Amino acid sequence: MEIYLPIAEVSVNIFLILGMGGGVGFLSGLFGVGGGFLMTPLLIFIGIPPAVAVATEANQIVASSVSGVLAHWRRGNVDFRMGAVLLLGGVLGSTFGVWLFTYLRELGQIDLVIKLSYVVFLGIIGMLMLIESINVMLARRKSGTVQAKRRHHTWIHHLPLKIRFRRSKLYISALMPMALGFFVGVLASIMGVGGGFVMVPAMIYLLGMPTSVVVGTSLFQIIFVTANVTLLQSLTNQTVDVILALLLLIGAVIGAQFGARAGAKLNGEHLRGLLALMVLGVCLKLSLDLTLTPDELFSLGTGGHE
Amino acid sequence: MNPLPIRLFCLTILLFFPLTVITPVKAQDLTIDLSDPVVAITAGFAGTDVLLFGATREEGDLVVVVRGPQERHTVRKAERVAGVWINTQEATFVDIPAYYALASNRPISGFVNTVDANIHQIGVDQLTFIPDQHQKPVDDIASFEKALIRLKQAEGLYSTDAIDLFYLGNGLFRTTIHFPANVAVGTYGIDVYLFKDGELMESRTSLLNVRKFGVEAQIYDFAHRHSLAYGILAVIIASVSGWLANAAFRKS
Repeated sequence: MEIYLPIAEVSVNIFLILGMGGGVGFLSGLFGVGGGFLMTPLLIFIGIPPAVAVATEANQIVASSVSGVLAHWRRGNVDFRMGAVLLLGGVLGSTFGVWLFTYLRELGQIDLVIKLSYVVFLGIIGMLMLIESINVMLARRKSGTVQAKRRHHTWIHHLPLKIRFRRSKLYISALMPMALGFFVGVLASIMGVGGGFVMVPAMIYLLGMPTSVVVGTSLFQIIFVTANVTLLQSLTNQTVDVILALLLLIGAVIGAQFGARAGAKLNGEHLRGLLALMVLGVCLKLSLDLTLTPDELFSLGTGGHE
Repeated sequence: MNPLPIRLFCLTILLFFPLTVITPVKAQDLTIDLSDPVVAITAGFAGTDVLLFGATREEGDLVVVVRGPQERHTVRKAERVAGVWINTQEATFVDIPAYYALASNRPISGFVNTVDANIHQIGVDQLTFIPDQHQKPVDDIASFEKALIRLKQAEGLYSTDAIDLFYLGNGLFRTTIHFPANVAVGTYGIDVYLFKDGELMESRTSLLNVRKFGVEAQIYDFAHRHSLAYGILAVIIASVSGWLANAAFRKS
C-alpha cells in the first residue's frame, strides 16, 4: 500500500516504513541506543530527500526519548541538574547546527557533510566500543573479574564555574557539560540523530558520571535538543514530515519492546561487541559511497538561490 | 450597451477576416481533450495516467509535448578531492520544465524538421538552457545540460523515448501520458502539433493542473504558511505519542 508523504513529496510503501521503524526500533531496544544513526541513512537510501530525513528523524527521536526517559525517571536515573546544563548547551548547539545545515544546503554540500560526519563518528565510536568489549572479554577470561576504572584528575577539574551535581556525585565545572551539549546539539541537527552514541561515552569517560544515570540523563536532554531541531527545521526549511515521523514511530515503539526483551537474554559484552560491528558496518558502507567512483558524477538539486 | 467595444470588435473582425480566408488550414482541423484536466495528488497517490484523445480531419503525423511548470534547476558535478567525491562545480538553469513528455505516432526524426523542433522545443535535446546570470562559469556547460536531462529521465520526469500515439481510424487518436509520484505541482501545458509531409500545419494547446488534495494538501499548506505552529504541533504530537507508547507497554 502506497502512501504519499506530504512534505517529502514522494510516495512510499507504508509497510516498508513500518518495517524499517520496527527493525531499527528492535535494534535500539536491544542495544539501548536511539537508532537515529541507522534510521537517517536508511531513509536517505529509500529515496527520502536527505534534508527531510534528517529533520523528520529528529521529530521521531523526540517521541522515542520521551518514551524512554519516563522509564528511567521512575527509577530515579535522571540527573535533572546535569540534564539542564547539557540541554542549555544543546539548544545553543542545535540552533547553530540548523543554521549551518541551511547554509550547507544552499552550498550543495549538505549530503557530503552528513555522510562525512557519519563516517568519522561511527568510525571512532565503533572502534572504541569494539576495543573495549574485546578487552573486557579477554580480561574476564584471564582473571574472572573486571577491575573498576579509577577516576583521573585532569585539567577538566580546574575549569571555573564549578557546580555540584548530587545525583551524579560530581563537583565539576558547568562549562564542560555545556560544551559537550553544544557539540552534540550541532551533531543532532546535522546528522538527524539524538547524539546518544556520542553523549553516553562522553558522559562516562569525559565527565566521569556513574553509568546508572547516564542513559536517563542523556535521553532527558535529547528530548529538548531534538524538539528544538524539529521546531527550527520546520521554521526555516519546512522539512519535517509528520506523517513519516508517525509511521516510523509506530514501528519503532513496537520494535523496541521486542528488542528490549531479546536484549535481556543476551550477554552484555557480546551485545556491545555486536553493536560495535554494526556501527562499523554502517561506517564502512558510507565511506565506500564517498570514495568509490559513482555511476553518475552529476546530481540534481532544485531551487538553489531563489 | 456601450457602442465603442462593439465598434472595436467589428474593426477587429474586418482586419483579421482576410487573413483567415487566405490561411490554407481550416480551423478545427485538430481537436484535443483530456480524460481529466486535473491530476489530484491525494493520500494514496503513486503516479497516474492521463488519457489524451482527439481527432484530425485528415490523418497526419502528430506530436504531443507535455511541459511541466518552469523551475530553477541546479546541476552539481562531483570530483575526487583527496580521495573523496565532492561537489565542486554547479550550474543553475532558469525556467527549465519540471516535467517533459513526448508522444508521437512514429519517430519524430521522420517528419519534424530541425527548425520546427527548435522553435517549438520538440524533443528534450531541443530544450533551451538559460544559465543563471549570477553563477560562476563552469567547464563544459553542455555536459551539465546533458546531465540535467539524464537525471530527469532517471527520475521518470522526462520521457526517454517518444510515447506511442495511436490512430484509431476516422482521424481519431489517443495517447496515455504518465505522471510519476514525484511529479511537481503546478500548471502543465500540453501542445499537440499536426504535421503533413514534414510541414507543421496546426497546433492545439490544452492545460492540465497538478494539485494536491485532501489532508496531504492541508498538511503541506500548514507547514509552509504557519511554520512555527506546525513545528510546535509536531513536537507535541511526538511527545504525546512517546508518552502513550510508554503507558501502553508499562501495563502489558
